[in-house]
Amino acid sequence: MNPLSRLGRWITDHLVMTLGILVLVYMYIPNMVVALMSFNDSSKARNLYSFQSFTLDNWLHPCAPDGMCQSVLKSIEIGLLATLFSTIIGTLGAFALVRHRFVGRSAMNTVLFLPMASPEIVMGSSLLALFVASGLGGRLGFWTILVAHIMFCLSFVVVTVKSRLAGLDDNLEQAAMDLYATESQAFWKVTFPLVFPGILGAALLAFSLSFDDFIITNLNAGQTVTFPMFVWGAAQRGVPMQVNVIGTVMFLLALLVVLSGEFGSRRRAKALAG
Amino acid sequence: MVAQTPERSDAELPPPPAPTGATRPRRSLTGYWLILPVVLWLGVFFIIPFYSLVASSLFDPNGSVLTGYDVTFHWQNYPDALREYWRPLLRSLWYAGLATFFCLVLGYVLAYAIAFKAGRWKNLMLVLVVAPFFTSFLLRTLSWKLILGDNGWVVDFLQTVHILGDDGHLLATPVAVIAGLTYNFLPFMVLPLYASLEKIDGRLIEAAGDLYASPARAFFKVTWPLSLPGVVGGTLLTFIPAAGDYINAELLGSPNQSMVGNRIQELFTSIGDYAAAGALSVILMAIIVTMVIFYIRKAGTEELL
Repeated sequence: MNPLSRLGRWITDHLVMTLGILVLVYMYIPNMVVALMSFNDSSKARNLYSFQSFTLDNWLHPCAPDGMCQSVLKSIEIGLLATLFSTIIGTLGAFALVRHRFVGRSAMNTVLFLPMASPEIVMGSSLLALFVASGLGGRLGFWTILVAHIMFCLSFVVVTVKSRLAGLDDNLEQAAMDLYATESQAFWKVTFPLVFPGILGAALLAFSLSFDDFIITNLNAGQTVTFPMFVWGAAQRGVPMQVNVIGTVMFLLALLVVLSGEFGSRRRAKALAG
Repeated sequence: MVAQTPERSDAELPPPPAPTGATRPRRSLTGYWLILPVVLWLGVFFIIPFYSLVASSLFDPNGSVLTGYDVTFHWQNYPDALREYWRPLLRSLWYAGLATFFCLVLGYVLAYAIAFKAGRWKNLMLVLVVAPFFTSFLLRTLSWKLILGDNGWVVDFLQTVHILGDDGHLLATPVAVIAGLTYNFLPFMVLPLYASLEKIDGRLIEAAGDLYASPARAFFKVTWPLSLPGVVGGTLLTFIPAAGDYINAELLGSPNQSMVGNRIQELFTSIGDYAAAGALSVILMAIIVTMVIFYIRKAGTEELL
């Protein structure tokens, strides 16, 4: 190998990783700004969105802005219900698609792809058109938001659980049944525990999609205010710095959940390896 | 002399149940029952709404939400909407296209690093790709407003090196909107790219090297073609939501950068012109579907997710 191509090899080896890490850092810049701004004292100039002076007040009194914590609770409530419902029926659907043959199965796979590939503004406005056409135009609110959230979470749940299920070794369940497990024992003792991480991941994804949704929610919310809608409304007149506390807490919580799952599975893998 | 009867030792145990094929796909009513809730939910709240949307795009524009609309097959709504809103429509496609390109460049580097260079840090890096998105995207977009603001260090730096004039801005320019779109949709690019890069057998790339291909040539002749399914999937998952987005244009741009999403949302919520809003939504969807079909044909891959 001549020195020039050795140099080329060295550059590709380390340059790619360096560039990759730089891209990753770029993805975290806004999160760092959000965390920084959660310590910002904006009491002097509320409409100026810039760092003025350090304070712990926002963390000590997170609920000080009118209506903010109510909107957070509303988002959590909707998020939990949407997650529960979409995870249950989505998981059933994933089992149907992987484990059963039925008429229209491949069409179903396409239909499930569509909500992920439609612009939110189109989905949201279609739903609004439906609600208005069925006379619910004046009663938009909690229930219409919930219905919409379950709708757009469903595809993501089915796809996530499906990929976990498809990667499962069929022989394990068969082996359990060769060892005299009944069909339902084999399911609950072997299949379900193996699929469970996939279901959990799907639920986490569904919750974060629901908690963060703005475009579809905004069209179908009526007078109900979720957290993203509170931020949007506040953005017009000056955001209270406490929203950054909520943003930072959500981020840290999610990171904790995901990382503990990640290190947990690494430990399990190590234990299995001996 | 002793006859070996291997079946003998099993005699005390009942024979294991005959394989029922439980793990193999089978045809029974169970499948229908399991899929039914999903079908119902998506049917009622995803498919039927499209019908309502198309119906509302044909409303007589003289109606209102209060007095009700007449469904009059008012096809004129479509040319009207196009004439009125072709600018934001084109701008949406243009911005989304540019953002998709930048996402592809950045995303490819990151996905490539994770798939081939990360080693045992692979899973951790994947988690780190998704993690920023647990902070509300509105907050993250607002923080770009701070970073790109006139007093921020990005503008300062660009002014120091004379890329921007002394009174130059970034906010309220297409640059800010496209940067925001690129940032917001980057993970939608990274994950499909990673999924298809990860499947590539590293020995193929080595083989190309053994056959005297330069690293660049090996990349363009081996790695890139094999990663095409991820490129197609990623560009679609980036382009489609970006084309419908209006948050970035609203927070980082000015009315001069408004995209078709801004118009649709205004027409629905503050102006209340359902006929025009419906027509514009249908047009956007039609353009996207046409482009997607054309693109998939061209890229020659049907395997998406």
